[in-house]
Amino acid sequence: MMSHILNIITFFPLIGVALILITRGNRETTARNARAIALISTVVNLILAIVMWVNFDNSTASFQFVERFDWLGYGIQYHVGVDGISMLFIVLTAGLMPFCILASWESIQDRVPEYMIAFLLLETLMIGVFTALDLVLFYVFFEGGLIPMFLIIGIWGGKRRVYASFKFFLYTLLGSVLMLLAILSMYFYTGTTDIETLIRTAHFPVAMQTWLWLAFFASFAVKMPMWPVHTWLPDAHVEAPTAGSVILAGILLKMGGYGFLRFSLPMFASATEYFAPFIFVMSVIAIIYTSLVALAQEDMKKLIAYSSVAHMGFVTMGIFSLTHQGVEGGIFQMLSHGVVSGALFLCVGVIYDRMHTREIAAYGGLVARMPIYAACFLIFSLANVGLPGTSGFIGEFLAMLGTFAVNTWVVIFAATGVILSAAYMLYLYGRVMFGALVKPSLQAIQDLSLREIAILSPLVIATIALGVYPKVILDVTSVSVENLIAQHKTALAIDRAPKLASVSRTGAMP
Amino acid sequence: MSFMSNDFQVLFPEILLAIGGMALLVLGVLRGDRSLGLVSWLAIILLVATGWFVLFPLTQFNRAFHGAFIADDFARFAKILILMGTGLTILMSKEYLEREKIAHFEFPVLLVLSTVGMFLMVSASSFIAVYMGLELQSLALYVLAAFNRDSLKSSEAGLKYFVLGALSSGMMLYGISLIYGFTGTTEFSVIAHVVTSPINIGLVFGIVFLIVGFAFKVSAVPFHMWTPDVYEGSPTPITAFFSMAPKVAAMALFLRAMIVPFAHAAGEWQQIVIFISALSMILGAVAAIGQTNIKRLMAYSSIGHMGYALLGLAAGTTAGVEGVLIYMTIYLITNAGVFVCILAMRRDGEAVETISDLAGLARTRPILALAFAALMLSLAGLPPFAGFLAKFYIFLAVVAVHMYALAVLGVLASVVGAYYYLRIVKIMYFDDPAPAFDPDMSWNLKTILTGSSLFVVWFVASGGQIVSVAAASAKALLP
Repeated sequence: MMSHILNIITFFPLIGVALILITRGNRETTARNARAIALISTVVNLILAIVMWVNFDNSTASFQFVERFDWLGYGIQYHVGVDGISMLFIVLTAGLMPFCILASWESIQDRVPEYMIAFLLLETLMIGVFTALDLVLFYVFFEGGLIPMFLIIGIWGGKRRVYASFKFFLYTLLGSVLMLLAILSMYFYTGTTDIETLIRTAHFPVAMQTWLWLAFFASFAVKMPMWPVHTWLPDAHVEAPTAGSVILAGILLKMGGYGFLRFSLPMFASATEYFAPFIFVMSVIAIIYTSLVALAQEDMKKLIAYSSVAHMGFVTMGIFSLTHQGVEGGIFQMLSHGVVSGALFLCVGVIYDRMHTREIAAYGGLVARMPIYAACFLIFSLANVGLPGTSGFIGEFLAMLGTFAVNTWVVIFAATGVILSAAYMLYLYGRVMFGALVKPSLQAIQDLSLREIAILSPLVIATIALGVYPKVILDVTSVSVENLIAQHKTALAIDRAPKLASVSRTGAMP
Repeated sequence: MSFMSNDFQVLFPEILLAIGGMALLVLGVLRGDRSLGLVSWLAIILLVATGWFVLFPLTQFNRAFHGAFIADDFARFAKILILMGTGLTILMSKEYLEREKIAHFEFPVLLVLSTVGMFLMVSASSFIAVYMGLELQSLALYVLAAFNRDSLKSSEAGLKYFVLGALSSGMMLYGISLIYGFTGTTEFSVIAHVVTSPINIGLVFGIVFLIVGFAFKVSAVPFHMWTPDVYEGSPTPITAFFSMAPKVAAMALFLRAMIVPFAHAAGEWQQIVIFISALSMILGAVAAIGQTNIKRLMAYSSIGHMGYALLGLAAGTTAGVEGVLIYMTIYLITNAGVFVCILAMRRDGEAVETISDLAGLARTRPILALAFAALMLSLAGLPPFAGFLAKFYIFLAVVAVHMYALAVLGVLASVVGAYYYLRIVKIMYFDDPAPAFDPDMSWNLKTILTGSSLFVVWFVASGGQIVSVAAASAKALLP
């Protein structure tokens, strides 16, 4: 079974889809069955993912659990495998899924089977993105994920759901199609679309690298999202149902960062080096500007959405520092943000389900009626700020540490972002939780139900555990990151070799 | 089979189809209008039998009439697609014709005769044969467009199609006469020897007029004006037919008539093809956004799709031809499903055609809506549906010959195009339901819809076989 575990994890949710499709009965029965089937299949998938994690060999950077078949002709293969970089994203995806299903247990009453099918399809497509080792396969999964998310936002979203879903879809599609062309030209230059081979052997001419890098960047920057192409995210977050926001913030945003690590760094080494200062500038703008924007938000989800953009700024900064600490910090930050922002959206969902508003002004003094909720929210807020002892700290710290070795100024600006994040999170917390409970509508609000405690408590544990003992994550990623940096350096050396020779020739002429 | 000469053995599928078509006509005349069902089923059997002889020809030899007719792998691939298009049209039409009270037995007969014309088109290897096939096909289609003769729109569609079609045929004929005048022959293989670069300016004019004719047949911009009106006015199964078989035939003919005789003048016709392909992609994407009638929308969609298919011809390589064949295969099967969905749009016994009638279909008819959505997303070219791979193989060919600007234009147009396909998904899934459609759907329609929507999902898993067949067929045209 271990040799096929990757395919089993990827396609297991489809069994759930098939089961939901064949259940018959009246509306209540099908809804109940769909919820149960979705929960069971996501939990089983999580267990499978953990089994794979346990069996994962930390000491090697090569791809594991590899499977490949001929697929589409032209040498395009169905080729999947995981290494230290992708391993934990799969666990994160499988891990957040059951929470999404649970969070939608009561809040989604309309077209439940379709909802669960959309989520299960999304799980397959998202896991596929992280396992794919063929460019075309990667693209299929990467783009395919847009469709269920489009439906989730558009059908079960808020008032401006149609606008938000179209904006989300067309924005990300526009970014991705350029990547498709880059993939095709890479195929014609090297004769393969196999990611493993490309990482190891491909060396594109420097001018071509620039174009390829930009094409991939167009896709990943939108997905990430980086300033200034982030404007789809607040809309999508605000309108999406709670679980949709969790997936959006938790997983979909990580695909951009993952893409940079998997493609840009090892395959386009010179271009990456060349564009790194550009990325630093964009990251710093994202960190400071979107933090300030977050400070001014009236809507809780929008505030967290902007804070996500700011946190992704730390990720891109860390990744493009091209140092071991920076890259590991970027990965850790992505994983931690996946848990923390997911949890924050779940927390917003909790009070949204009760009051049906996300306006910050509609709340105040909740701590009096909802002490357990206030405690959970506090932990996640502090983790979002990056308080030592929570998972948020490790990622930001490592990313800044790695970047410090490369460029001090960038880190000085980025560090102000940490202060700003404390400002907007604590300001939010103060307005929602503290003060007198004067609003009549809030007088009867109930604290967390057992189901909600069951959802939030594992995330609290994960946030603190990763903050106190980050080694579980860093052990998995360390060797692969080391290898990635080495590959990047080798590729850079090869790119530079002929260039240096020509420089010395021209230098010798006069 | 020694009693038949080689020519007749090569031509056997066409002969079978022509004689069969005429026999069906006689049968229909003898039995009257009630024979539509019988004639339809016999026509299906005839198409299947023809398909058998296309797949397993009587002879290894594939040229007839001194090379004016050629039944190579490329032609055989296109013929199978054409047979599928015709067969699916007959299957989806019977119910519609009865409901619209136009159940005349001529319908399948005309479809069969038009199919004979298309067979000649894809096998033609001389401009005389090209013209013969084209006219046989077109004349049958003019009648079919006006088949609902009591409907003003249908008559208008037929007349419009006829007048513009005759004009384009005239232009093409003029082009052919110029080509004959400057090369002294109408045979493709001889022209290929005679035409060397730099080519004569008169010949360039001939090629231009020829392309005008082809562009009309594949409804490429700027010769697309007839498409929306004819699509809207024709009986729906005929609109489906227009978007399937004749497109395949015209595209196959376009490929052969450019690549084989004018291989050495590629620079001359490629720039025209690039131009009409780019314009078609853009117009197809932009003009469809404002449409409210689903059949008009499909007309603009088909203009856009022909633009993408023409990219493969613009590339002018084996990979390009292969891309076109794959594209047409996927397009044909997807469109069959789409038009079944359009045929299912009936309320209180009346066909409805506006897009807003689809509102909330996901609630009233969830399975129909799911299939329709999958087909729309496939037409939009989104993975993991077949339409993505159709575009993928085309762009593969375009990038291979370094036409980056054209490729970028193509993908950007596909993003714009994605908007209007998504709008249909949005109307079906996001909007509040309109009154439900009539629930009865014949087994024919259900089977076609199921097959078509499973195909667009299945292709990504194991479309490799179709791709390799298409690759082998493309080699026949451009070794």
